[in-house]
Amino acid sequence: MSDNKNIIVDYLARVEGEGALSVKIRGNTVTDVKLKIMEPPRFFEALLRGRNYSEAPDITARICGICPVAYQMSAVHAIEHAFDVVVDGQLRMLRRLLYCGEWIESHTLHVYMLHAPDFLGYPDVVRMAQDYPDVVKRALQMKKAGNAIVAFLGGREVHPINVRVGGFYKVPERRDFAALLEQLKWGREAALETVRWVAQLPFPDFEQDYEYVALQHPGEYPFNEGRLVSSKGLDISVNEYEDHFIEEHVPYSTALHSRLQERGSYFVGPLARYNLNFAQLSPLAQDAAHAAGIGSHCGNPFKSIIVRSVEILYAFDEALRIIEHYEKPEHPAVSMQPHVATGCACTEAPRGILYHRYRIGDDGLIRDARIIPPTSQNQKTIENDLRHYVEQYIHLPQEQLTWQCEQAIRNYDPCISCSTHFLKLNIERE
Amino acid sequence: MGMLVIGVGNTYRGDDGAGPAVVAMLRAKKLPSVRLLESDGDCTGLLDAWQNVGVVIVIDAASSNAPPGTLYCFDALSQPLPRDISFHSTHAFGLSEAIALGRTLGQLPASLLLYAIEGKTFATGVGLSQEVELAVREVVLRVERDPVQCNEYNV
Repeated sequence: MSDNKNIIVDYLARVEGEGALSVKIRGNTVTDVKLKIMEPPRFFEALLRGRNYSEAPDITARICGICPVAYQMSAVHAIEHAFDVVVDGQLRMLRRLLYCGEWIESHTLHVYMLHAPDFLGYPDVVRMAQDYPDVVKRALQMKKAGNAIVAFLGGREVHPINVRVGGFYKVPERRDFAALLEQLKWGREAALETVRWVAQLPFPDFEQDYEYVALQHPGEYPFNEGRLVSSKGLDISVNEYEDHFIEEHVPYSTALHSRLQERGSYFVGPLARYNLNFAQLSPLAQDAAHAAGIGSHCGNPFKSIIVRSVEILYAFDEALRIIEHYEKPEHPAVSMQPHVATGCACTEAPRGILYHRYRIGDDGLIRDARIIPPTSQNQKTIENDLRHYVEQYIHLPQEQLTWQCEQAIRNYDPCISCSTHFLKLNIERE
Repeated sequence: MGMLVIGVGNTYRGDDGAGPAVVAMLRAKKLPSVRLLESDGDCTGLLDAWQNVGVVIVIDAASSNAPPGTLYCFDALSQPLPRDISFHSTHAFGLSEAIALGRTLGQLPASLLLYAIEGKTFATGVGLSQEVELAVREVVLRVERDPVQCNEYNV
């Protein structure tokens, strides 16, 4: 190994979307890390201008096929915030249930199809399925159970259409849940098995001094609402988001990078939620986490695969709890009177907090929209991880180091199709 | 057994909406014994959807430097998908992966035809280019008249 090297990985597979990341190394020092995203961002924000507020949930749901519910939820909460409307009771619980479905779908896809092959040394899940057919079949069935929740409440699996500002277009009868219940009970058992399965994967030692940021709610593990808190003392209402978080252009990417004004990079997503909200997980999920050896705090981003699996288990458990206590609400939605107003909201997308803000005119048309997806919030942290990981493991053979760098990026389940579109990975060693 | 037509794509991504456009047109025609499905590009669900189905037709947008609107047809069970065409999925688990995984797990339909329509633009926005619109209408005609005939077509 000479002192100056280039490692180049042209293409990062198994992330949602496409883009590029380059790492340059001189001697034992990483000299440059850049996460590049090539598509002009924010087209959807422009698309929303001039549209009626009631269209926002359906338009924003199209930003990402993996997390349409998250976009719908942030949109409806932000608009309800603008119009001073509170949606509570069973309608609120149905929204939580819908979110459970999306977490199950998205996390199961990532845990089994995208991330697990890294740990087991397979180039992709198709090769993994040759040796682990039953594991992959289990994953497909678990994902199907998540899809079933979204299809049941959302009206269809893809781009759910039943969500509206104020609630739903149609709400189910209690008896309608019967078929779903059996599927979810099976799913809960499969999720327990998933936590056990991922816990025995090999994990590299790696831990950084992250600032975790997530929603926090006094009575529940966060989906739809709460205060924004961090592991380094942030504790604000969502209204104050733009006072503390700023987005900035970087010369090598058309996507904006987000950072905390006071301290810089921060970490959103399953690890942040878990570390800030462990006490709110159900006893079943807490016990499974302890048995998996991660306790109430997990600081190794490679173990995010365990945390995601615990969140899948929680989502099944919570979905069953919600259905058990369900009573059909009298009205499917709360009515409201549009007026000139601005509103914002954060909800917990599978990959972390998703911020929406809308300014609405007296005609009910959207004047201005702002959307900050979780992946653009994690970009700086991904770059920092790459820098520190490569320096810590610089002695590794090039191929192995490159592999683990890709794995390190997938720790964040980056969804480039949300923040923009294309991602390709370049790691260079000079 | 019946027939299942699956349109893959995102209608808010220009010509990426070609597959869903075919499904929308077929839905309006209310063809008997043809089941319709839209997929957003995460194709894991297809493995379940096409089990125990006789004929499955998948329509997806493609990018291969061919003239926009070029229509390819592949018999996905008898030939590997060509490597010089990238199917325009923005997601990691796309159609090629679903077919490969279906083959590994023994979860493929009896017949699987893939129509790939060369896109012109995949930028954010609603609406198809004129060339892709023509190819979409051609696919709809074929599904109506002779769904198992697999020929290519150039605008």
